[in-house]
Amino acid sequence: MEGILLIDFGSTYTKVTAVDIDNESIMGTAKALTTVETDISEGLENALKILQSKTGKVEYNIKLACSSAAGGLRMTASGLVPELTSKAAKMAALSAGAKVIKVYSYELTLEDAEEIYSTKPDLFLLTGGTDGGNKKVLLHNAKVLAGIDLDFPVVMAGNKSVGLEVAGIIFESGKEVTVCSNVMPEFNELNFDPARNAIRNIFLRRIIKAKGLTRIQSLVEGIIMPTPKAVLNAAQYLSAGTKKEKGIGDILIVDVGGATTDVHSLSKGEPSIKGAILKGLREPFAKRTVEGDLGVRYSAPSLVEAVGVETVSEKAKMDTSRLEKYIELIKNPAQLLPDKNQDIKDIDYALACIAVKIAVKRHAGKIESRWTPAGVTFLQTGKDLTTISKIIGTGGPVINSKNAAGVLKEAVFDNGEPMCLKPKEPEFLLDEKYILYAMGLLCEFYPDTAVRIMKKNLKSIV
Amino acid sequence: MNCEVLNVSRKITVVMGVIGADVHAVGNRILQYAFEQEEIKVVNLGVMVTQEEFIKAALETDSDAIIMSSLYGHGEIDCRGLREKCEEAGLENILLYIGGNLVVGKTPFSEIEQKFKKMGFNRVYPPGTPPETGIKDLKKDLGVG
Ligand code: B12
Repeated sequence: MEGILLIDFGSTYTKVTAVDIDNESIMGTAKALTTVETDISEGLENALKILQSKTGKVEYNIKLACSSAAGGLRMTASGLVPELTSKAAKMAALSAGAKVIKVYSYELTLEDAEEIYSTKPDLFLLTGGTDGGNKKVLLHNAKVLAGIDLDFPVVMAGNKSVGLEVAGIIFESGKEVTVCSNVMPEFNELNFDPARNAIRNIFLRRIIKAKGLTRIQSLVEGIIMPTPKAVLNAAQYLSAGTKKEKGIGDILIVDVGGATTDVHSLSKGEPSIKGAILKGLREPFAKRTVEGDLGVRYSAPSLVEAVGVETVSEKAKMDTSRLEKYIELIKNPAQLLPDKNQDIKDIDYALACIAVKIAVKRHAGKIESRWTPAGVTFLQTGKDLTTISKIIGTGGPVINSKNAAGVLKEAVFDNGEPMCLKPKEPEFLLDEKYILYAMGLLCEFYPDTAVRIMKKNLKSIV
Repeated sequence: MNCEVLNVSRKITVVMGVIGADVHAVGNRILQYAFEQEEIKVVNLGVMVTQEEFIKAALETDSDAIIMSSLYGHGEIDCRGLREKCEEAGLENILLYIGGNLVVGKTPFSEIEQKFKKMGFNRVYPPGTPPETGIKDLKKDLGVG
């Protein structure tokens, strides 16, 4: 039996998926605790043992991995105007699968420099100005970065008119610098691919090494991307399809975790309301957002804070004092929780529902009505997701929920909040076997097969 | 390496749009077309543009001028404080032009012009001014051509 092994070195679990490439099927999946403190290969061995007990002995021709272990790809970015190049830089970093620590705007200050020094980013994305536009801020920020006594690589993707000058300034400070095309070459025109490729290159060449993950490079072909990038990759292929295999069209993916909730939308997001005027930055077809305050374990306290404990207790059908005790318990990532405890199931359901509700609300575009002398006009910012026909749920708290469809319903358009452009009549699909990340990896070699496996294995739920 | 060649001459760049709650879209497109014919780079924000949007776009693109239109008669209120905000944002030298139907009623144009100049506009145009007039003035004010 020959197969392909796909691995995700997650912050908590190392997950493995075995694919039978001839039959285009999932042979099995398994997970074990990630062991980044000792030797990361231990966790992998443990997961593989469990996998083998399910699949029998398999020869793996190809082994590919993604990783979000050891903090993932921690990036800081800077731009000029918050709503323009700073936002573009953030979107570019997120679409590269990064965990964005902070995004700065305008000239970096001394305090900013100190903050960058103390937060130790894996990579810095420096932007600002359209091509031929503002140079001053970019040059200033390059000098500030050069002055920070810390070795981190810089990707410069701002105004090309000062690309060489900026590169020189950074290079002289001893930092690695890559110059690529502007994330916003023309006003309101986004261009993420060059920056994304530069980020990926640095991730492969240096960040995996810096995080002590090279030891496993001998076990597998390679860690080829950060985990969130793998999920986005899968989403892009699933939506658009390949030359040989049709895609399933526009989709929304919600990925709830212990610390964060990711939302991916694959759609143009053009206005469905006639005559609506688009305002603000145009957003990309494949858009990823990450909510660092929404999760069901580590981020449970901040989630509760975001909506108030009463809302959570109502959803969980549990009194507040009892709920608060549980939140204290589950926020500790090292705490092993019983699988079958009904209270925890109820709380997880409530937290996942709220995480999805807020995360999709923040991700979706907004429509606002404005009275003018001619009557009402509509202004849209962000993407109109109302016509998206499929919502896919993934991440442990959704997949293992007592009511996954209930959680995904929170992503649907709410008549009580008509200004928030969420999908109106979507079908729900569940990533039951947790294969999205794996298919994102497989897409690099077997895109047709990966799309077919996804279409077969994402389960329709109601 | 000869770095002189990298010093390519930059096109005149302007931000353009219709300010306030004004939806008159036709003149804006004609204006964009006319400016682009003259090799001027236009960042067109379309209709219903706020002061903040003009300023942010001008900052990012390092524009030489903001070319505004106001057709529906509320231009004066919409434009108040714009020059001050530009200065606040670091756009001290930016040129501000406005045209269209700036006010309602039969106020003599010289009075309207005075009002807008006092607000910090460099050029103020009466209804029906052809785009070419604005283009000629822009080149003159920037000392080119
Ligand atoms: C079509 C039209 C509409 C359409 C607009 C459709 C659209 N999406 O564009 C609709 C029906 C929506 C509309 C609504 C209204 N309209 Co109307 N509309 C017109 C009309 C008939 C034509 C406008 C047009 O397209 N002209 C053609 C273009 C090419 O010319 P332009 O816009 O003037 O622009 C040129 C020049 O002015 C110049 N220019 C413009 N800006 C600048 C800037 C610089 C620097 C320079 C150099 C030159 C320059 O160059 C442009 C290109 O050549 C005019 C009357 C008219 N004949 O002008 C009234 C007119 C502009 N509207 C008027 C009014 C009052 C309204 C309403 C308030 C009416 C109402 N109560 O419903 C609403 C306001 C809506 C809103 N929120 O903005 C008045 C304005 C009165 C005033 N300012 O004193 C006008 C003048 C009619 C009138 N005589 O009463 N309108």
